[in-house]
Amino acid sequence: MSIGHTLLGLLESGPRHGYDLKRAFDEQFGHDRPLHYGQVYSTMSRLLKNGLVVVDGVESGGGPERKRYAITDSGITDVAQWLAQPESPDSYLQSTLYTKVVIALLTGRGAAELLDTQRAAHLRRMRELTARKQRGDLADQLICDHALFHLEADLRWLELTAARLDRLAAEVRA
Amino acid sequence: MTPAGSLLVADGLRKTYGRTPALDGVSFSIHPGEVVAVMGPSGSGKSTLLHCLAGIVSPDAGTVTYRGRELTGLPDAERSALRRTEFGFVFQFGRLVPELTCVENVALPLRLGGVKRRPAERAALEWLERLEVDTVATQRLGEVSGGQGQRVAVARALATSPRVIFADEPTGALDSLNGERVMELLTRTARATSAAVVLVTHEARVAAYSDREIVVRDGRSHASEFAV
Repeated sequence: MSIGHTLLGLLESGPRHGYDLKRAFDEQFGHDRPLHYGQVYSTMSRLLKNGLVVVDGVESGGGPERKRYAITDSGITDVAQWLAQPESPDSYLQSTLYTKVVIALLTGRGAAELLDTQRAAHLRRMRELTARKQRGDLADQLICDHALFHLEADLRWLELTAARLDRLAAEVRA
Repeated sequence: MTPAGSLLVADGLRKTYGRTPALDGVSFSIHPGEVVAVMGPSGSGKSTLLHCLAGIVSPDAGTVTYRGRELTGLPDAERSALRRTEFGFVFQFGRLVPELTCVENVALPLRLGGVKRRPAERAALEWLERLEVDTVATQRLGEVSGGQGQRVAVARALATSPRVIFADEPTGALDSLNGERVMELLTRTARATSAAVVLVTHEARVAAYSDREIVVRDGRSHASEFAV
């Protein structure tokens, strides 16, 4: 995920302090991995240097001084470009699992067992996500669904590979 | 290999159709309140296993034991009675009776068990409420959506308070949203009533509602619970 673009997008609704930005980010997207303060400040100084945000005000109290950031016109253009640009569909052409299957076949180890173990691990993770989804709100459900659909795709590949192991063995050993 | 406290246990099941072995030494067990997914590619023997476990099909070899009684040795009439009172069934296409309303469909297994019409329909309506389809109680199959029809089918399977629910691709004909709702309601209700669910599916996202899975491939079972 592009943290810079996400923070910029959050700034579009109005200027915020670094701390507010972190909180808004965590609320919307940080279910699994909340942002570190360090990440926020290093990202903001990069955005500042590139002219995508400006410092809108500084509060100095007892603690460290708190900068308030505002998005610039080029910042807004940057967010618009980011949203308009499709994400590159990853093709995972060099998957570790495929490599493991080939090595197992080449070394005479059990490729079918390897796939069984992987299926069990995938299903375990899918159970956790399904349970979390049932407890969670809509945001949680959609995040979990995204992960579930990807894991399901892995499993479909895994079943297909399991069904073609004999042919693959003949080809890689040829 | 039989875990203590099992409700339904199968051991060394073999079944051949013509010269094609459908099951080639499958073992299985399930506890009360447990949801076990039976997974595997098409033609792997999943449905044959379910039919053997439910006493619909007799295996050529091996045993199926339900609460200490061997199904394979029971006379047909006793096996049918067991299926009617202790087991519930949900199939890919609900298999509801199209001439009856939804509430009459759900009341049907109770009526067949000797319950009078009013109490049977009252109980049926409660099940429809639990499955969130009481609004279609007086409608017939042709008037309800696929998702609603399947929930009615689940209500019918649960109406006799079975100890084991056999579900064969219960969401196979539904879109993901409806399929998930059916799975949520089926597994939640089964767990609340301590019913065991044997869930045949080839879909991983459906299997993710289970507590564990066994994989049937070429008529043999691979249980991840025993894998070390």
